Amino acid sequence: MQTQTLEGGFSNAPVQSARAFREIMTAMARPGVITALDGARGPAPLSQAASVLILTLCDPETPIYLAPSVDVPAVRAWVTFHTGAPFVAPDRAQFAVGTWPELTAHDFPIGTPEFPDRSATLIVESGPLAASGAVLKGPGIKTASALSLPETAAFQRNAARFPLGLDYFFTHKDQLAALPRTTQVTTCM
Amino acid sequence: MTEYNFAYLDEQTKRMIRRAILKGLAIPGYQVPFASREMPMPYGWGTGGVQVSAAVLIPDDTFKVIDQGADDTTNAVSIRRFFEKTAGVAVTEATRQATVIQTRHRIPEEALTENQILVYQVPIPEPLRFLEPSEVETRKMHSLEEYGLMHVKLYEDISKHGAIATAYAYPVKVEGRYVMDPSPIPKFDNPKLEMAAIQIFGAGREQRIYALPPYTQVVSLDFDDYPFEASKADHACDVCGAEDSYLDELIVDDKGGRLFMCSDTDFCSSRRREGHVGAQGIPYGEDAA
Repeated sequence: MQTQTLEGGFSNAPVQSARAFREIMTAMARPGVITALDGARGPAPLSQAASVLILTLCDPETPIYLAPSVDVPAVRAWVTFHTGAPFVAPDRAQFAVGTWPELTAHDFPIGTPEFPDRSATLIVESGPLAASGAVLKGPGIKTASALSLPETAAFQRNAARFPLGLDYFFTHKDQLAALPRTTQVTTCM
Repeated sequence: MTEYNFAYLDEQTKRMIRRAILKGLAIPGYQVPFASREMPMPYGWGTGGVQVSAAVLIPDDTFKVIDQGADDTTNAVSIRRFFEKTAGVAVTEATRQATVIQTRHRIPEEALTENQILVYQVPIPEPLRFLEPSEVETRKMHSLEEYGLMHVKLYEDISKHGAIATAYAYPVKVEGRYVMDPSPIPKFDNPKLEMAAIQIFGAGREQRIYALPPYTQVVSLDFDDYPFEASKADHACDVCGAEDSYLDELIVDDKGGRLFMCSDTDFCSSRRREGHVGAQGIPYGEDAA
């Protein structure tokens, strides 16, 4: 378990995190685009994409919430060793990792009217991501795109609170997609 | 060990900037505060843009820097060299070849593609700042969507000058919500703000980052009876003959001689290479010094 904690990080952090961030930014700027993240691998059950997201974006300044399915000692030790991010309850989290049913059960910070950026980013560990299912429209999307979302109502409620709200990453193995609060989600036609 | 960390900034700083960029993309037009760092160049020379570029660059990028449209001014040359040295990226003056373009006060004439990122250097990110000096107040005005003051300003332009006299840093509304300063680009460039590329704005001294995802709706503020007009000097480029580009007016001697020339130097020289010649221009290749 000791070696598992130390392993799986970036071997060349400046370059690998830059490449990872470019993919992450592309996903956030173009909702529905499915991209791949590599360079790091945290302990099970953390997916590769979620591991890379955590290494690229989290540090001692970003409180993180681990939902029960990922809140195992190996993951805690790995996140602590590689990022130093403190573990907190959902209402204080800047990042949260877990499955969709786990994360929907909680209220995360959605920002304030004067600082809507002080809101949580959720990393949703999902099944295989595909460009089908819910229809997405909004900033970053030329006409419409599609993404296999776990549901639509929650994302419609989230978008209705704009400029407040949560931003989502969906991860499966090395796959990554994102859904910012601006995206209008409708059920498939 | 004398090398710089990739792209100069330390990793924790880049993570902080990257988080701000992501929130900026999620809330288009909203100014995200960030802990701007001291850079090895003075404020006003593009420290905000440089920090954003440092956070987005990857080794495979081809980097272009323009200052008022020109690739060969001091500011553009020194920033280009800075990233050549600290990030080892390829550099170019050709808009089409660049993957990341850092700009001061212009949008390239050539339409940008989905594979490009445009990084703006921003002096004063707050569009309401000259109307309301207090940050506490302007922040409240944004949260309440209280933009009446901006319309009063444009109205006063009309009552004083007969037209909206604001010619650069012309305020826009993003996705029907946030009023945003597009940085001091000429209003000629405003229609181009709806583009295929990702746009990120960095204000170093003022410690703000904001962003526009591709295809975000950006509307220049105006009135029904005084619609927005993307104006430019009423001339063709004297060097390449282009009639649809933004022009700089140059005084060329001390007898009042003047010349209009594309502000986008890459656009102008590409046209000259294609054989276009303006009224006072010399065919390409015949001007070798």
